[in-house]
Amino acid sequence: MRHVISALVQNVPGVLSHVTGMLASRGYNLESLAVGETEDQHLSRMTFVVGGDDSVLNQVRKQLEKIVTVVQVDDISSKDYVERDLMLIKVAAKDQQRAEIHELCAIFRGKVVDVGPENVVVEISGPEKKIEAFIDLMRPLGITEMVRTGRIAMVRGVNRNGGTEQ
Amino acid sequence: MATVEKTKTKSDVTSGADIVIRSLVNHGVEVIFAYPGGCSMPLHQALTRFSDKIRTILPRHEQGGGFAAQGISRSTGQVGVCMATSGPGATNLITAIADAKLDSIPMVAITAQVPTKVIGTDAFQETPVVEACRGLTKHHYLVTDVNDLARVFKEAFLIAASGRPGPVLVDIPKDVQLDSCVPDFDATLDLPGYSFDDPQARPEQINQIAAAIKLAKRPVIYAGGGIIIAEASEQLRELVAKTGIPITTTVMGLGAFPGEDELSLDMLGMHGSVYANKAVDGADLLIALGVRFDDRVTGKVEEFCKHGKIIHVDIDSSELNKNKEAHIPICSDVKYALTELNKIVEPPEDIAGWVAQCKEWKEEHPFSYDASYPGITQQLAIHELYKLTRDLDPVVAVGVGQHQMWAAQFYKFDKPRNWLSSSGLGTMGFGLPAAMGAQTAFPDRLVFDIDGDGSFLMNIQELATCACEKLPVKVLLLNNQHLGMVVQWEDRFMQGNRAHTYLGPIDNPEWKGEGDGIGPPERYPDFVSIARGFGCGAAYVKDKADLIPALKAMIAYDGPYVLDVETPYQEHVLPMIPGGKTVKDIITE
Repeated sequence: MRHVISALVQNVPGVLSHVTGMLASRGYNLESLAVGETEDQHLSRMTFVVGGDDSVLNQVRKQLEKIVTVVQVDDISSKDYVERDLMLIKVAAKDQQRAEIHELCAIFRGKVVDVGPENVVVEISGPEKKIEAFIDLMRPLGITEMVRTGRIAMVRGVNRNGGTEQ
Repeated sequence: MATVEKTKTKSDVTSGADIVIRSLVNHGVEVIFAYPGGCSMPLHQALTRFSDKIRTILPRHEQGGGFAAQGISRSTGQVGVCMATSGPGATNLITAIADAKLDSIPMVAITAQVPTKVIGTDAFQETPVVEACRGLTKHHYLVTDVNDLARVFKEAFLIAASGRPGPVLVDIPKDVQLDSCVPDFDATLDLPGYSFDDPQARPEQINQIAAAIKLAKRPVIYAGGGIIIAEASEQLRELVAKTGIPITTTVMGLGAFPGEDELSLDMLGMHGSVYANKAVDGADLLIALGVRFDDRVTGKVEEFCKHGKIIHVDIDSSELNKNKEAHIPICSDVKYALTELNKIVEPPEDIAGWVAQCKEWKEEHPFSYDASYPGITQQLAIHELYKLTRDLDPVVAVGVGQHQMWAAQFYKFDKPRNWLSSSGLGTMGFGLPAAMGAQTAFPDRLVFDIDGDGSFLMNIQELATCACEKLPVKVLLLNNQHLGMVVQWEDRFMQGNRAHTYLGPIDNPEWKGEGDGIGPPERYPDFVSIARGFGCGAAYVKDKADLIPALKAMIAYDGPYVLDVETPYQEHVLPMIPGGKTVKDIITE
């Protein structure tokens, strides 16, 4: 099972190291981690994707809650939520391939943000499966470089009972 | 605000170091164990200005200071405080910090740090101690602004002592100690993620426990260190009195319930009693209170109390269902839960047969030792010490190893906080400094360190502290010239092949496990001379007939004392359930 957990943490030095150190020392496997500031400058938001069954999820939550600088922990994936991943991908592209990439970008609502003589850089965001589908399509063209932010997620304004990801 | 501003005069401007020490005074700290160094000198200078309020004791090693602070915490329930300088001073404290974390001991550890300007430059005596201690503390601070000091210390003491207690580390760069400001000792806490309200069991959960007890046919209480931390020993006794349910405790729980009570099944687990382990195995209801189902208690966890329903009450919700699934997991302050439970609990309908069965097991398999051994066994020495001192309300600290388990088996405690044992981390060298700390809290009580020669040697330098600070700790040294517990495992599981477990010169046959009898007549090292060299009283005893007079002489001695007792290394701590096994695999001979 894959769980998306969101932790609101105090924006103080060392909190990232504390949280990831705890998860590593207890042997939990992080698939993805994204950190950033929130609307409140004193707080940051960490979004994790953790693999494991419900007992693993429970332990991760409780161990996170024990960290003094962790303010709140939510299991986002138990609710109706939106998740996004942002990717920059550099793909080898000569003249004739640029059109193909352009077309795929339109379908995936990606954006070409840089064009060079040998390659293009595409920016694309969306849920994990969409990103991965796009990567698969780019692979035959030759991926030169790729960077992803990791998952960020948010519970919808109206919660229609759980677990459906969009 | 205006009035506050007005009262701030130049004389209120205080140095960081003085703010730290004033914070300690404000929190009722009477003793600090502190070892100075370059970066912590301002703090030590400040300590001299408060010498009428705080006794500063110089341990002879920072680790000794850390364990001594724990000795205060464990024997009084107050927050013990220790301090070290940056770099090696700080790293020397780390073992004591980790030890406090595993046994949930409230402690504030202060370390000095190199000046903020040079942090991260590999400066002289720089270590990133907060970084190293993140997973070993309950919380930690690196204070980079003198204005934060008063608030940080307020938070540190509250966090260390509240909820599930633990160690808090405060690392203070030297320039912050020397900087100054007008301190606000009533500063607002900045802890949005920490709750000071202990969780409390809901009424329906209390009813659930009461109903389960009422229906139980073979109930057992399994009580641990949480009872002692929560000061819930009285409530636990009331529960047993009301229900007549037999009770076993963990190593950390010794003293939570009177060891001499007929319903006491003594300690459970790897070196627990046969009867406690059989009772838990046969129970249809296990009432687990302030415990964490440690592997040294459960053995093979799937088989532990396999057929029983489990009620688990703990203040730390992450302990519930962590190692062992509970049928009724309750996150609560155990004292609150017991107080509420005692209001409504009724005894189980008919457990007379079960209680009789437990008592029968207890009579069949008491903790025992070979009383016919011509010399002095470790068990005999502890048993005799117990008989001589049971009415004197002593504090007993121990090191780690065989002697620790024998002390747990043969010294019966009837009160909490009289037994100080490094139980979770199992740190050798814990006994002497812990006893030393307890002695500072209770200058007029008898404080013993029951120790092994391996453990004792690990912090033997604290004899100097005991002598110089006039702390009359008594050491019962059970000297078998070996690392007895490891030897026992070698004997049981490794065909007796000695692998660096003999503590004497390597040209003695014992080094290879080829000696016979009790070893060479020349013991190594000469602990009596060492103790006397430190200014302590000391004696050596090897004949059975001399044991009681020697113990009496130790008890009567005015000052710290080491009684070096020659004991055999062939003795094994029994019973024993090998790691990962079950009560069916229990070794009794």
